[in-house]
Amino acid sequence: MKLAVPKECRPGERRVAVTPENVSRLIKMGFAVAVEHDAGAAASFGDDDYVAAGAEIVADTRAIWQTGDILLKVQPPSMHPALNVHEADLIREGGTLVSFLYPGKNKDIVDKLAARKATAIAVDQIPRITRAQKMDALSSMANIAGYRAVVEAASFYGRFFTGQMTAAGRVPPAKILVIGAGVAGLAAIGAARGMGAIVRAFDTRPTVKEQVKSMGAEFIELNVHEDGEGAGGYAKEMSPAFIKAEMEMFAAQAKDVDIIITTALVPNRPAPILITEEMVKSMKKGSVIVDLAAENGGNCALTQPGEVVERYGVHILGYTDLPSRLAPTASLLFGNNLTHLLADLGGASHFHLDLADEVVRGALVVRGGEVIWPPPPRPPVVLPPNPAAVAPKAIPAHAAKQKKPSAAGTSIFLIVAAAAFIGLGLVAPPAFLSHLTVFALACIVGWQVVWNVTPALHTPLMSVTNAISGIIVVGGMLQVSGPPTSTITILGAAAILLATINIAGGFLVTQRMLKMFRR
Amino acid sequence: MPETLVTIAYLAAGLLFIFSLGGLSAQESARRGNVFGMLGMLIAVLVTAFGPRVDSYTVLTGALVIGGAIGAVLASRVEMTSMPQLVAILHSFVGLAAVLVGIATAMDTSKALYGIDARIHEIEIYVGVFVGAVTFTGSVVAFGKLQGLIGSRPLLLPGRHLVNLIAVLGCAYAGLWFVNSGEYFAPVWPLYVCTAIAFLLGVHLVLAIGGADMPVVVSMLNSYSGWAAAAAGFMLQNDLLIITGALVGSSGAILSYIMCHAMNRSFLSVILGGFGADEGAAPAGGSAQPAGEVKPVTAEETADLLRDAKSVIIVPGYGMAVAQAQYPLYEVTKILREKGANVRFAIHPVAGRLPGHMNVLLAEAKVPYDIVLEMEEINEDFDDTDVVLVIGANDIVNPGALDDPSSPIFGMPILEVWKAKICIVMKRGMASGYAGVDNPLFYKENTRMLFGDAKKTIDAVLGSLKEVSRS
Repeated sequence: MKLAVPKECRPGERRVAVTPENVSRLIKMGFAVAVEHDAGAAASFGDDDYVAAGAEIVADTRAIWQTGDILLKVQPPSMHPALNVHEADLIREGGTLVSFLYPGKNKDIVDKLAARKATAIAVDQIPRITRAQKMDALSSMANIAGYRAVVEAASFYGRFFTGQMTAAGRVPPAKILVIGAGVAGLAAIGAARGMGAIVRAFDTRPTVKEQVKSMGAEFIELNVHEDGEGAGGYAKEMSPAFIKAEMEMFAAQAKDVDIIITTALVPNRPAPILITEEMVKSMKKGSVIVDLAAENGGNCALTQPGEVVERYGVHILGYTDLPSRLAPTASLLFGNNLTHLLADLGGASHFHLDLADEVVRGALVVRGGEVIWPPPPRPPVVLPPNPAAVAPKAIPAHAAKQKKPSAAGTSIFLIVAAAAFIGLGLVAPPAFLSHLTVFALACIVGWQVVWNVTPALHTPLMSVTNAISGIIVVGGMLQVSGPPTSTITILGAAAILLATINIAGGFLVTQRMLKMFRR
Repeated sequence: MPETLVTIAYLAAGLLFIFSLGGLSAQESARRGNVFGMLGMLIAVLVTAFGPRVDSYTVLTGALVIGGAIGAVLASRVEMTSMPQLVAILHSFVGLAAVLVGIATAMDTSKALYGIDARIHEIEIYVGVFVGAVTFTGSVVAFGKLQGLIGSRPLLLPGRHLVNLIAVLGCAYAGLWFVNSGEYFAPVWPLYVCTAIAFLLGVHLVLAIGGADMPVVVSMLNSYSGWAAAAAGFMLQNDLLIITGALVGSSGAILSYIMCHAMNRSFLSVILGGFGADEGAAPAGGSAQPAGEVKPVTAEETADLLRDAKSVIIVPGYGMAVAQAQYPLYEVTKILREKGANVRFAIHPVAGRLPGHMNVLLAEAKVPYDIVLEMEEINEDFDDTDVVLVIGANDIVNPGALDDPSSPIFGMPILEVWKAKICIVMKRGMASGYAGVDNPLFYKENTRMLFGDAKKTIDAVLGSLKEVSRS
């Protein structure tokens, strides 16, 4: 089976459907690969690279379209400017095309392909299910677009992203608002965080909050609660109350942030207008808006799809070719997606389009000239629960370190205590026991009272306990009534002297300290 | 004055002491609590003086007046930074007084006791003297270390645990001798032997403890002084002494517990000493030099950062007290608060050399106590903080305690200052703290180092802040 990779003919398109790296893998899978002359040139892949990987180079455009059993392309077929013929008409009768197709808005192309009795697989229609993630070219491209949006924003923004403390002075960090935390939004957050900016993100789906936070951005929440999670992991349209709250928040943010990156798309609808002209006007001069929804009309009212405009001192970037601006990586990821898709379809030897396969049914637009798109609706897929939510929380290391006394230790202690009590009760005189009672109760009282002492007053606590432990003065006082020169009297007098230093010193210094504490 | 009136007056004094400690539960009631304590002490002294067992007043009055005068002078002269020393030396007085009272009681032959009563009395004397003696010399050594008269490094004799054990056994043997002498009145000299050994034991115990563990030692000696007073109460059959001793003993025990908990160490490992020497000698086998680089910052830039900050948390350590930086620091705080910033202080339980020491020092500098918060109260707020100023603190902000199991201070609860947007660490140089552990905080991406003497640096920051607010 022969795969054919024509050169993209759309002006400005730099990507190529398959890179040399992909070629060698496809050949291992049993395919023969033909690549049009200079197909990868704009993405920095030369013909010699493809030859080295095992591909055949075909110089003639018509020839490449005719030779391949399966044509691999990035963009949907369009008018070929050099040949002045529509690419869809170049495909050989009964041939197969794999590319982005957007059948919803490219009805004419789909019809042309059907007229050629062709088979067409639209990679943009591959359903967003776990098994198909490796083939999901939309996500691959969104990821690149998100990254590139930040790079483009940086080139138009006249300041640092990261706050810096330089010898010449301090530079504040840039504040970036990312609207829509899908694949592109998360990639933009990651890139902006990597460059050191302060990033805030908003999304109508509360479930993405954790992902946003894990990327290091702040998640903005509205007071209105409504789940924007629609079918298949995409967002849905929100209620008027929610939209009002959302717009107020955007208006407030616009005044504060330096860069806005919008990625809000609702499937099969024009992009919602989130940034009004008023908001643009309120932004700081030199701010930048990157509108990733430009191709579908744009999230900003002033966006010109495909162009950069400056309004009220704000650059509004409406590029629709962001992935193409990162052509080598975009080509590699797109090629990987196609390779996974072809492997999933059985490779060269068992190539088969099984309509019972959810992926095939979703992506297959035309089969042998018959338009079978859109596929019949399927029951909504139950999303697997967020793995972070069900994974057991790691036990903090120091919490685990606290050790509990063993049961054996406790019982031994109790037995010893009981024996000591009985022994004391048998031999000790009543006077001693009454003192012991006082002692034990006083310990408990002391324990309770001291735990209530606020930690801020621990030093006064120590000095006041110093003072009251001077109560031992009483002991000295009971011993100084003998003859003044007797040893006992001298010892007693010394004890009084020392204890009084404690009493006076302790209380006075406590008083001094407590006077200093004020609100 | 009849004996019953004395007893009831003692009860009143005991209750007043309890209220006194109870008053310390809040700043508002603390001063009233202190007055209660004074009142209790006044009652106790007066009642004892005019009670049935005292009839000579010359010596009594002389000792009271001299002692009171010395105490008053000490209390009015002491610097707040020297509070730990004062507390330590006061402990030693209680200990010595307990020894003197004990020996005097043993020598007193006026009251004859027989059989089990005599035994118990002798045991009481013996315990009181032993605890008092250890407290006395231990506190004197602690005082010397805190005052800088003795090096703060732990002195580790070979076989020091054995030395301690022999000392305790020797005391016990002398004690048995004292108790079992078989006469109505025990000869006093085994008690002298015991006292001498206990003195040495106290010295040796505290010498083996490093400077950073002094808060625990001081609290522990506080506890001992209480138990010594309680033992004196038993030997003199005086409930007031017993109650007060028990209060003080529990108080010291709780403080020691809190300190140990805050350092994640067992009480036994602290009092047996040697931290920062034997464990620290091979500091953290696995832990490599923390990655990253140290980013210095100037006082002017610090002032800039502070000026733009909406919330600031200041983490003081002993270094602030040494440099006396709390006064200019409060000026900085005032300026920032007038600008509407939320400025607060975060106090780690073992910051300083005494429990609650930092609070007293900040209070002395007129910092309002309601912006001085404990670790538990403030640790969660670092996330929302713009700037953290760490002044003269090291181990209490060391992230290694949380995430590096090989760190000697692993498991110690710490102030999580690196969660703030910017953390400025003021330090003299790159030396490590008392625990001898390198601090990965200094290498964190959002940490800036402001080198220099704490007071001079804060003065510079203050000057820079004032300059701009004027212009």
